[in-house]
Amino acid sequence: MGLELFLDLLSQPCRAVYIFAKRNRIPFELRTVELLKGQHHSDAFAQVNPMRQVPALKDGDFTLAESVAILLYLSRKYQTPDHWYPQDLQTRARVDEYLAWQHTALRYSCTRALWQKVMFPVFLGEPVPPEMLAATLAKLDRCLQLLQDKFLQDKAFLAGPHISVADLVAITELMHPVSAGCRIFEGRPKLDAWRLRVEAEVGEELFQEAHALILKAKDLPPADPSIKQKLRPLVQVLLQ
Amino acid sequence: MGLELFLDLLSQPSRAVYIFAKKNRIPFELRTVDLLKGQLVSKEFLQVNRFQKIPVLKDGDFVLAESVAILIYLSLKYQTEAHWYPTDIQTRARVHEYLGWHADCIRGTFGVLLWARVLAPLIGAQVPEEKVGHNRTSMDQALQQLEDKFLGDRPFLVSNQVTLADLMALEELMQPVAVGYDLFEGRPRLAAWRTRVEAFLGAELFQEAHSRILNILEQMANKTIPVPPPEAHPTMLKRIARIT
Repeated sequence: MGLELFLDLLSQPCRAVYIFAKRNRIPFELRTVELLKGQHHSDAFAQVNPMRQVPALKDGDFTLAESVAILLYLSRKYQTPDHWYPQDLQTRARVDEYLAWQHTALRYSCTRALWQKVMFPVFLGEPVPPEMLAATLAKLDRCLQLLQDKFLQDKAFLAGPHISVADLVAITELMHPVSAGCRIFEGRPKLDAWRLRVEAEVGEELFQEAHALILKAKDLPPADPSIKQKLRPLVQVLLQ
Repeated sequence: MGLELFLDLLSQPSRAVYIFAKKNRIPFELRTVDLLKGQLVSKEFLQVNRFQKIPVLKDGDFVLAESVAILIYLSLKYQTEAHWYPTDIQTRARVHEYLGWHADCIRGTFGVLLWARVLAPLIGAQVPEEKVGHNRTSMDQALQQLEDKFLGDRPFLVSNQVTLADLMALEELMQPVAVGYDLFEGRPRLAAWRTRVEAFLGAELFQEAHSRILNILEQMANKTIPVPPPEAHPTMLKRIARIT
């Protein structure tokens, strides 16, 4: 059995891994783990990743979780072009800096923006208090401003003149609030221009393919009661 | 000007960077950014780091934030011993796997007790006991996963030798210890791991790096602890508000 990638394209880090693998023509078997059906909590999947999270990778006997670890592993094993995770010390450090920051900052806001604006009310049939949503969106706003003004600044891509895994991680993250209907690029011309550059580098077809599912999130039919019951405790934390 | 490291040893990631640099005899100028004196929010520091966070590295014109990025940069630039950031593809992946999980489950969790017992009261704020209780549960869960998934039967977290993962983890775990919660008690495997890491780093370096944090309760009691100035309060209050 060759490389297997356990993904749900509903998840931001899964999309980053998917795009990276496809863009670099890395051969893999896609193993879809449907989060909304609670499949990440199955015993079978626990064998792959006892932390019950996607993305996860299985390469022979070697299993690996955490999207950054997976992206870096793939870039090294398949010797992808240097710009994705550069050898140059300072450029690499810029990629590392972004990858570290985003984990505790942007991820938090983008996940909550989608869940509080769309997934709770539409999928789980549970509207979220307006003050909570407003606070989440304000926080998201601040994060996006930081992303544009402090990370991107006047560069073409986040780590410099060329696209890297940092840009993939960032763009897939931003598509979460975009899918929730947040107009995050309005009033942010630098970020908007960057977004177009990233999409062009990824390729429009692949970009659309990776985001088809999340862009339809707001059209999801309401979850049936058994799913609701299963999922609800797992997503409680997203209301904090 | 050579390498400069902007740190406050009160902070977990600052200690990780400090210890790494010292242990590897990397020459640097220590630039203390005193959190309690509000130096983080000073105009001078904003010039250094637009993110107003520590630790920060300055190498000539090159300015770098985020402890993980700094540790990797230092390990590669100064070609530190391979065990810190192993070259073997799978072991290196395990270090990054740990660091990813650490960002979610350790960072932000293990600093809460210091905020609750020392930093919030210093500025007249309060962290409700309910949240402290909730934080204790989060720490317990994280420690269980740390032991079971990352340590297992190994001497160190992801390998048979000390890696960046061990350093980052230990510094976070020391934070509640400094405020009186001995989380190693009743956890012999983790306690043994801690002893091994400490032994590797050397008692002298370990003492030096931890004297500031380990004295914090005493300073509170003696009222010799500086009270953060008003300009530091907004950032501190924002942090306190994020505690769930």
